[in-house]
Amino acid sequence: MTNADTLGALLLENERTRPTKPAIREKDLGIWRTYSWADYAGNVRDFAMGLAKLGFGPGDKLCVAGNNRPRLYWAEMAAICLGGTAVPVYQDAIATELKFVLNNAEVKVIVAEDQEQVDKILSLRDGLTGLEYLVYDDSRGMAELADDPTIMSFEAVQAEGVAYGQANPAAFETAIAAVKPTDIAFMVYTSGTTGNPKGVMLSHANMVETARTFLANEDVRESDDMFSYLPLAWVGEAMYSTTVSLMCGCACNCPESPETFRRDGRELGATGFVAAPRSLEMILSEIQVKANDASGLKRWVFNTFRDVAVEIENRKAEGQPISLGMKLKRAIGEILVYGPIRDQYAFRRARWVYVGGAPLGPDSFRFFRAMGINLKQVYGSTEVSGLVTLQTDKQASPDHVGTPCDGIDVKIAENGEVLIKSAGVFQGYYKNEDASREAITEDGWFRTGDAGILESSGQLTIIDRAKDVGKLVDGSPFAPQFVENKLKFSPYISEAVSFGHEKPYVCAMIAIDMNTVGNWAEKLGLAYTNYMDLTHKQEVRDLIVEEIKRINPSLPEVSRIKRFLLLAKDLDADDAEVTRTRKLRRGFIAEKYAPVIDAFYNGGKEVEMATEVTFEDGRKSMLDTRLTILEAA
Amino acid sequence: MPAASTAGEVTLSVNGVSKYFGGVRAVDNVSVDIPKGSIFSIIGPNGAGKTSLVNMISGFYTPNTGSIVFHGEDITALRPNERAERGIARTFQNIALFAGMNVLENLMLGRHIHMKSNLLKACLYWGPNQREEIRHRARCEEIIDFLKLNDLRKQSTGALAYGYQKRVELGRALALEPDLLLLDEPMAGMNSEEKEDMARYVLDVNEELGTTIILIEHDMGVVMDISTRIAVLDQGTKIAEGTPAEIQADPAVIQAYLGTSH
Repeated sequence: MTNADTLGALLLENERTRPTKPAIREKDLGIWRTYSWADYAGNVRDFAMGLAKLGFGPGDKLCVAGNNRPRLYWAEMAAICLGGTAVPVYQDAIATELKFVLNNAEVKVIVAEDQEQVDKILSLRDGLTGLEYLVYDDSRGMAELADDPTIMSFEAVQAEGVAYGQANPAAFETAIAAVKPTDIAFMVYTSGTTGNPKGVMLSHANMVETARTFLANEDVRESDDMFSYLPLAWVGEAMYSTTVSLMCGCACNCPESPETFRRDGRELGATGFVAAPRSLEMILSEIQVKANDASGLKRWVFNTFRDVAVEIENRKAEGQPISLGMKLKRAIGEILVYGPIRDQYAFRRARWVYVGGAPLGPDSFRFFRAMGINLKQVYGSTEVSGLVTLQTDKQASPDHVGTPCDGIDVKIAENGEVLIKSAGVFQGYYKNEDASREAITEDGWFRTGDAGILESSGQLTIIDRAKDVGKLVDGSPFAPQFVENKLKFSPYISEAVSFGHEKPYVCAMIAIDMNTVGNWAEKLGLAYTNYMDLTHKQEVRDLIVEEIKRINPSLPEVSRIKRFLLLAKDLDADDAEVTRTRKLRRGFIAEKYAPVIDAFYNGGKEVEMATEVTFEDGRKSMLDTRLTILEAA
Repeated sequence: MPAASTAGEVTLSVNGVSKYFGGVRAVDNVSVDIPKGSIFSIIGPNGAGKTSLVNMISGFYTPNTGSIVFHGEDITALRPNERAERGIARTFQNIALFAGMNVLENLMLGRHIHMKSNLLKACLYWGPNQREEIRHRARCEEIIDFLKLNDLRKQSTGALAYGYQKRVELGRALALEPDLLLLDEPMAGMNSEEKEDMARYVLDVNEELGTTIILIEHDMGVVMDISTRIAVLDQGTKIAEGTPAEIQADPAVIQAYLGTSH
């Protein structure tokens, strides 16, 4: 493996050693277009020189906003090669969120994908103090901005770069050579379940060493294809697409658009995936809906062979023998069910699929494994460059997150918090000394904030966020996320928020899954207009009561749901109820839904609530709702 | 506002055309000049003669009197397909797509006037014919990208939602690479969100591709927002023409739309 220790050096090495090997592809105008490592490096070089001409240099910040496009990756790399820092942001971030990040990071250049992103940035322009240039990828709709010298097309910057490069032949290589492994390559803003997002500074060494650890533990080949569909602003994308691809030479593949990524993924057949639990849950609920809609025979075939596969998976987990008859059935199921499912959902060539970021339900987990998908868990957070533990193929299980990788030390603090020391531990939060001091102990351990158990066998189990683990009034422990995950395993429940800390019993707010519940209602011939209308249907309420009654026995007796209500809208990142990676912002929710929580525990039957809804463009409106509290036990 | 608009140059001039159906004067001595690069809207109450006028421009009706001049050439006597070859494309008030074909095929069909191969050549897979097909496919893909139809490329159009069908129809008209695009109520029957999208696409076509557009539309909000110039028809005659601001203030228009107080 390579010895290069900065991302720029890795790029030059790839240009030298594998110039014709595909580095990045994008589906554009219906066709997959391939860029080799020579093309990749050439584009980065031209753009970097263009940036240099504009006065971008070491320590400066470049923000990318948009979907996964090669040019955005090149822009990130160009900034990094010049000794600057890439600051990726979520493409669906609303204007006010974006403003905070751009100002906090003192972003000098923004590279935006299209008119939508440019418009969003221009709407904030007066409030952006450090911003000097706005560069766009897709020139559509930009004609009217042609007179503005601070707004430029990607091509124009590259053209400047070509001229600048000719005048200063070795400038690119010199700039890369001047970058030190301790320089900050990426600044990824954490979703922040409390307060404003914080800029996590990740150095070249953080990225390179973490990728090295990953490659030592997983079989990734030069000929592999990664599917770059996760938001650029997620640390996993910077790590598992950008850095891993630079380290081992495998190719990143960008889908045509967020609407087509499913089909594009199937066409591509990536060899490895890092997936969020949410996308797997969506696939599972889609499979379930489709199976229910299928004709009787097809449904029977699906159900029978699914049950066989799940049974085999469970037996394997318990170490029981598998009979010849079952193996035979599995072989038939492979042809009729498992193979086609893997093919339809883009897993045909996938040798490994990691799920991380949040827990995935055991039933869902076993389902995917049963379908022959090598699903495994990865545990990491932004502050440790996205990697702490991995499961090996043999270890794969929904019950723990695997063993810490070599070179990553994990210990459990006295309060049960998971502490980590590794080459991936970040350099601190940008301009936030207090938070940095709080997060990293004096002897260099990072506090993850997760409560966990380290088994004697070396496996790490995560229970919940340490600060969320509470106690009921009678002193019995209450882990809200544990309860919520159980609830979310129901195909009809999309999100759940449970309450119980310092309370006599456990209550929950539930957001139904519009897709599955809507489908279910249509089958029953229930007419409904929208989400809120669905939640008001007595039948839907009964359905969820039944689901909770089914789930309750799997919870410890004290943690069983006693009362609950159906929310009139799904939890939304635009309303700040969840983060962009869909983690609950508990403090905010508790405040916003205070009347609901009161009603839960004072025996109230109905709550009048005015909920504020934020639209994509930042406009807000009030939604008056009457929420009915239901009894589950 | 449309950037491509150039003062003076006229793409199409309609000179005193009339169309009679028996005793009904659907269009009576109407003259308009459509400036190059403009979005020119024709409004008026039901039965005012808007669609008849557009039908005469696209060649579906032959005017009883008057002439139509496109890029300096008198096209009054030309058939619709000959006008299409000269760069006039249209969409229809009622959707007229090939429902059994997918989006891409419908767009490829719009390219037919640019295709050179004959049936005999088309029987050969390789050679110039294949190269031509690839060239046209590339152009259609650009339109698909332009109208954000990427995810619907291979869907049959009959199964698409109404708003998408309208968009595909616009796409097919664009596949002709027209200089002049006639849009007959592109936003009829749409909800406000679909209208907003469609208005955006109409503006984009005008600004990005520089296409001159004649728009018939009932939604006054949209017309006033996106038009460069507006002509108002009432009972077959043109009662006013001007910029949106002028039209909104014109007493004849107000009278035609709101009636007079007695």
